[in-house]
Amino acid sequence: MKIDPIDLGILELIQGDLPLESEPFARLTEQLGVSVEQIMRRIEQMRDEGVLRRWGAVLRHQQAGFTANAMVVWKVSPEKADRAGRQMAELREVSHCYLRQIPDSFPYNLFTMIHARSDAHLSEIIARAADGTQLNDYLIIKSLKEFKKASMKYV
Amino acid sequence: MQTLDDIDRQILNLLQSDFPLAAQPYKVMAEGMGISEAEVLDRIGTMKSTGLIRRIGGIMDTRSLGYYSTLCAAMVPGSRIDAAVAAINRLPGVTHNYLRDHEYNLWFTLTVPSQQEAVGTLEELESTLGIEIVSMPAEKVFKIRVNFDMEIGNED
Repeated sequence: MKIDPIDLGILELIQGDLPLESEPFARLTEQLGVSVEQIMRRIEQMRDEGVLRRWGAVLRHQQAGFTANAMVVWKVSPEKADRAGRQMAELREVSHCYLRQIPDSFPYNLFTMIHARSDAHLSEIIARAADGTQLNDYLIIKSLKEFKKASMKYV
Repeated sequence: MQTLDDIDRQILNLLQSDFPLAAQPYKVMAEGMGISEAEVLDRIGTMKSTGLIRRIGGIMDTRSLGYYSTLCAAMVPGSRIDAAVAAINRLPGVTHNYLRDHEYNLWFTLTVPSQQEAVGTLEELESTLGIEIVSMPAEKVFKIRVNFDMEIGNED
């Protein structure tokens, strides 16, 4: 994607928190000297090109009632990775699933983030994921403390 | 945790999965829901002040923007946690940093313009902090979803 000053201005606004007001782009139109329609078109284009992955609200999952959360990492062989990754991704409670390059000191290459409404529900989801994928070597790594959680600022 | 009613839940679902790309997005939502725009704004304001809504805007695709990102883990002795957290959190490319229940106890994400910059940043952290950091970039993404379905009629 080629980025011009108008895209940069838009990116700067939308990577953060839009002002909570009836016309959240009003100030940006003044700043950039373009119409709101143009801004909408540019954002649509970013969405079509895949630069904008999602549009809308980001919630704090704890406050949304998802109080039992864990990173669960699984050991999977290269030939089983695709199928297992897709199966994990189908579970509603799995928010993120990645196959990662790993060092010898950490032999778990399939990473999942799981969010549940209770510890019992969390255990049930993990058991279901293990059962469905036939992956039995895994670790549940819970977070003890959040030191930072922010949105990336690209510009 | 704030008590939510079905209107709040409906707003949260719309905000997450169907937020209008429009000059007046809250007016569009209000019209669809049959309530006033002022009420939509007011309810969202409350859910932001309680912390339930972190932000409303765009979630950009790191890779499409040409950025490199990786998940990093370090074994940090208890006495050096504070110093490590301070140095790591200071980096603008670090968006998440957690203490976790594992031998690798500090886990953070790093997003920077290039792989070379990531390597340099991690090497510098390792030498300044006297810790070893492992970097685990994604080889394949199966799912990134940040939606949380708020079930309508669910009393919790």
